[in-house]
Amino acid sequence: MRLVVFGWGNDARGDDGLGPILLGRVAHAGWADVTTIEDFQLQIEHALDLDGAEMALFLDAGKNTPAPFFFSEIEARRDASPSTHALSPEAVLDVFARSLGQAPPPSFVLCVRGERFELGEALSGPARDRLEAAWDFVTRLMPERSPEMWRRAARNVSAAFGRGNSVSRT
Amino acid sequence: MSNLETAESPHRLRRVAIEPVSRVEGHGKVTILLDQENRVHQVRLHIVEFRGFEIFIEGRPYWEVPIAVQRLCGICPVSHLLAATKAMDLIAGYGPLTPTAEKLRRLLHYGQIVQSHALHFFHLASPDLLLGFESEVAKRNIMGVAAAFPDLARQGVLTRKFGQEVIRHVAGKRIHGTGVIPGGVNKALSVEDRDSMRGGIDQIVEWSKAAVDLVVELHQTSPEFYKVFGEARANMMALVNSHGAPDYYHGGLRARDADGKPIFDHVDTTTYQSLLQEDVKNWTYMKFPHIRALGAEKGWYRVGPLARVQLCDFMPTPLAEAERKKFVAAGGGKPLHGALMYHWARMVEMLHAAELARELLDDADIVGTDLMADKGSRREEAVGVIEAPRGTLFHHYRVDENDLVTYCNLIVSTTNNNQAMNEAIRAVASRFLSGHEVTEGLLNHIEIAIRAYDPCLSCATHALGQMPLEVDLVDADGALVSRLRKG
Repeated sequence: MRLVVFGWGNDARGDDGLGPILLGRVAHAGWADVTTIEDFQLQIEHALDLDGAEMALFLDAGKNTPAPFFFSEIEARRDASPSTHALSPEAVLDVFARSLGQAPPPSFVLCVRGERFELGEALSGPARDRLEAAWDFVTRLMPERSPEMWRRAARNVSAAFGRGNSVSRT
Repeated sequence: MSNLETAESPHRLRRVAIEPVSRVEGHGKVTILLDQENRVHQVRLHIVEFRGFEIFIEGRPYWEVPIAVQRLCGICPVSHLLAATKAMDLIAGYGPLTPTAEKLRRLLHYGQIVQSHALHFFHLASPDLLLGFESEVAKRNIMGVAAAFPDLARQGVLTRKFGQEVIRHVAGKRIHGTGVIPGGVNKALSVEDRDSMRGGIDQIVEWSKAAVDLVVELHQTSPEFYKVFGEARANMMALVNSHGAPDYYHGGLRARDADGKPIFDHVDTTTYQSLLQEDVKNWTYMKFPHIRALGAEKGWYRVGPLARVQLCDFMPTPLAEAERKKFVAAGGGKPLHGALMYHWARMVEMLHAAELARELLDDADIVGTDLMADKGSRREEAVGVIEAPRGTLFHHYRVDENDLVTYCNLIVSTTNNNQAMNEAIRAVASRFLSGHEVTEGLLNHIEIAIRAYDPCLSCATHALGQMPLEVDLVDADGALVSRLRKG
């Protein structure tokens, strides 16, 4: 099952770096058929990175989101934001569908709650703890890589920690 | 400068605030004061400037700065990289760059301009322009464009991707690139990578030309509307080379007034502090630069595509030069100042940058291996200036005997445009809002004027670029009358 994993954020902005840090661990782990993509922000060209993928995972930091993290399946959806200097994962899926004329692959968001996002800050204490919890979850998630298994995992996480959404992520 | 900056009796007026909500500090908002008849008395664009930028840089060794500044802004890391490295070339004591190093830096810059302008036009601006200002919100974004012009959306994605690939090939990575270093570049471009880019650039030039044609077509549907929407008569400033062509990487500063008359020309950028003055106002964190000799009232100016296309004497690539002439002709001999004219100018620039990139990819020097300049005596102070996609970008540093940065001053493009953007939204508010019930559609006019300038409010975090808006109507006593939220 070919998986593309996106991790985005700015590691110079405290807990905003949770996504890239988690992504770095995924890359280092060396699981087969996994492509990792890091960027400051999600943008329209990331839709092209989904081409050929059978599943996608988006790793993000969140503010006021369920702690330690939430994990849920997402679908293509337009951003209503008046600015598009950055896209939500749902909007990337939508750009994929409309630009390439294909249904996007089953896609999931793993969003780790952060606390502090100021320039020059390091990871906060709570974020460090949640990062470890999220990494433990990822290591159990990756070997069982199928949409059905991940949907079941999403239900379990939602029951345990609560369900987030794209609005609360920002 | 208009008289809508400060109302005479603000306590008697209603306040409308257009405010983004994001998880990181450093965003913009618009406030409008209205009387009982909805007449506009005050309009302000407040931007929480890139607070902490200078502090983030000061105290670092100078050789770390080109890497560190890429973390200041996730929208335009390449711009900060190039401006900072130009300054650090001098601090480190390097002489003129080798031809290969300068051409690689320029290629990187042109790739950035292509991807930035493509993103802005295809994804941000074209929905407004293609579907009209009164279209429903859901159609104002790229999906609306995709529905009406499916190939345009695909071209936008692929053009943006091409620009990112240029950055990856030259800088080493799409983000956190290390290819550009004080004194030159640290990696030669391989023939294979050059050929990969050369294989795609003709298509990008073709799509860029088509984008200009589209903007021209849209303009012709309502030339007067395009001319006056968000019109703010401003001085303009940009870098030009010694022949009068725009130079995005290096040049002298040129400024002309709103009628096109010269203010200064070919001024050495290292003297910028004697030329420009940065003022502060108590209602925003963002500074207000102006031309010192003209004073704050008359000296504010505009930068970016609309300034560059009109300030240069010519563009040294054939397709862009032909389009520049059409643009200038649309003004009938006078400079154009409407906010929507930015879109036309921006597409002319995208075409120019694509042509410039093509020329470099055909230049044998681009795969040369002489990458580093000769090194001389280290300096304590230097200024690096480039034309970023959004406008003139200044980086100024001082370094102590321990190689640590002791002083850092940045004037970013959006700061240079601060007063011009304020004047643009005041023009829109006066023309469209004053005397009318405030509706979401009318407030979108304000957003369109801001968007035309393509301000970068981001501080290198993905969430900040998303700007869900809250619009509160508050009565004279501060009570909430109504609230609109979008995003």
